[in-house]
Amino acid sequence: MKKTATLLVVAFLISIPFYSGEYYINLGSQMLIAAIFASSLNLLVGYGGLTSLGHAVYLGLSAYITAWLITKLGLGHAQTAVIALTATTIMGMIFGWIALRATGLGFLMLTLALSQIFWGLAYRWVSMTNGDNGISGISRPSPFGVNLDDSNYFYWFVLIIFLASIFIISRIVHSPFGVSICGTRDQSKRMTALGFNVWLIRWITFVLASFFGAVAGLLYVYFHKYIHPTVMSITSSAEALLCVIAGGAGTLTGPIIGAFLVMILKNYVSGYVERWNMLLGAVFVFIVLFMPSGITPWAAEKIRLIRNKFE
Amino acid sequence: MSNALEIHHLNKSFGGVKVTQDLSLTVKPGERRLIIGPNGAGKTTLFSQISGEIISDSGSISVFGKDITKSPAHLRAHVGVSRTYQIITLFPKNTLTHNVALAMLGISKHKWSTINKLKADDELFVKALELLDQVGLKHRANMLISEISYGEQRRVEIAIAMSQNPSLLLLDEPLAGLSHDERIIVRDLIIAIPKKTTIIMIEHDMDVALSFAETISVLHYGSLIVEGDRDYVVNHPRTREVYLGH
Repeated sequence: MKKTATLLVVAFLISIPFYSGEYYINLGSQMLIAAIFASSLNLLVGYGGLTSLGHAVYLGLSAYITAWLITKLGLGHAQTAVIALTATTIMGMIFGWIALRATGLGFLMLTLALSQIFWGLAYRWVSMTNGDNGISGISRPSPFGVNLDDSNYFYWFVLIIFLASIFIISRIVHSPFGVSICGTRDQSKRMTALGFNVWLIRWITFVLASFFGAVAGLLYVYFHKYIHPTVMSITSSAEALLCVIAGGAGTLTGPIIGAFLVMILKNYVSGYVERWNMLLGAVFVFIVLFMPSGITPWAAEKIRLIRNKFE
Repeated sequence: MSNALEIHHLNKSFGGVKVTQDLSLTVKPGERRLIIGPNGAGKTTLFSQISGEIISDSGSISVFGKDITKSPAHLRAHVGVSRTYQIITLFPKNTLTHNVALAMLGISKHKWSTINKLKADDELFVKALELLDQVGLKHRANMLISEISYGEQRRVEIAIAMSQNPSLLLLDEPLAGLSHDERIIVRDLIIAIPKKTTIIMIEHDMDVALSFAETISVLHYGSLIVEGDRDYVVNHPRTREVYLGH
């Protein structure tokens, strides 16, 4: 049943460019990128129980490194992608090492402070980042000769990365290591007594989250062909957190649904509603009030109740 | 053969409060040791020092000849130290099987695997089911911890502790909060634990505890004040003064 539903959803996602206009295809690409980003944060927030307000730094850092290497050094896309992902993940290792000195509110504030350093650098280190003008003129790659400037091909490219990322994240969270991550979230003291190195488990989770954040950053900069310091702002980090909480933290599909919802409100509804930010806030308040554990867990519970009624 | 536990001149203070004072203790392999003392005597703190959750200010702790004084808490489980808690700390949103399997995973190298999916038919789950059977909870294996009674949760605690095949088991008030019938069930489970596992138990239920222990240590303000067999300790004037109250 679950497999069939997954296959149907994947088939639907693949088919979108065959009957949709370019606007919707591009919106689809953005939704998938946002879903990868939210899913990466979900590793930390949902499974690790570590709420971060600085996750956008990995998206931004990966995007900036890519933009800088392509436009300033003229490096190829393959080299650039490897360097951007590696460098961002290394930064995730360092930030994780610092931020995991604390948990709870302390962790939240440390992640925020660390991301603000890079946000400030992006604005002020003009010789490297072009400051408030951002970096433009980034080209999209052409893997195996496929021109990704075509929105259809770019969508499918993003879809492949999205499916691969979600598959890997799914394997991680269902693996023994994933079970350990959840254990550290629920009973860290007990986990230590059981022989788990709680700090190391959290650090690895942090690094994994930063890696998938970097993957989203790479796709983000390919899509927009432009990068601006605002991607690393607290607003970007909070938006990703909103996707995770609204969709359902600690579930695989929750952040994806949350990201889809936020991107639709941000891109589509904003065309009709002037104060869409207010609408986004109202939707979030509604979800928190009526579906406190998020859309996915709420829907799963409703389906279970309906099933029980008919059995 | 080395002693199961050797503690020498252990000290711990929280600010100006000395919770463990120059405490020395030796427990032989296979022994059943009872630790008693009034509230605030430092019994649970001593357990936390042995399990590594609290780092001692000075002194040494060895388990079966291995000095673990400076070992991080998570590594102590790997040398055979297992403990239960006075306040139950299980994973309430998970099933009984999951709780026990997780405990076994803690001392397994398999825990770092990110590739293989942990499935219900894994060896870990099969063993977890066997352990739950031993504590009489096989029929509740797939229920959530939050759905079972307090007494059953205590039995899961024991299954978890035993799942790690410990050489030194620290039981912190395993009978606390249980009804008379549940006490008998849990007491029998503890008595059935093989002698290869050395047990140190903190317990206030003297009827059950005294019948279980071979040697009793009395703590008072973090110091060991009396130690010996049952009759010696119970009849000792210091025990009567600080603990039995008559």
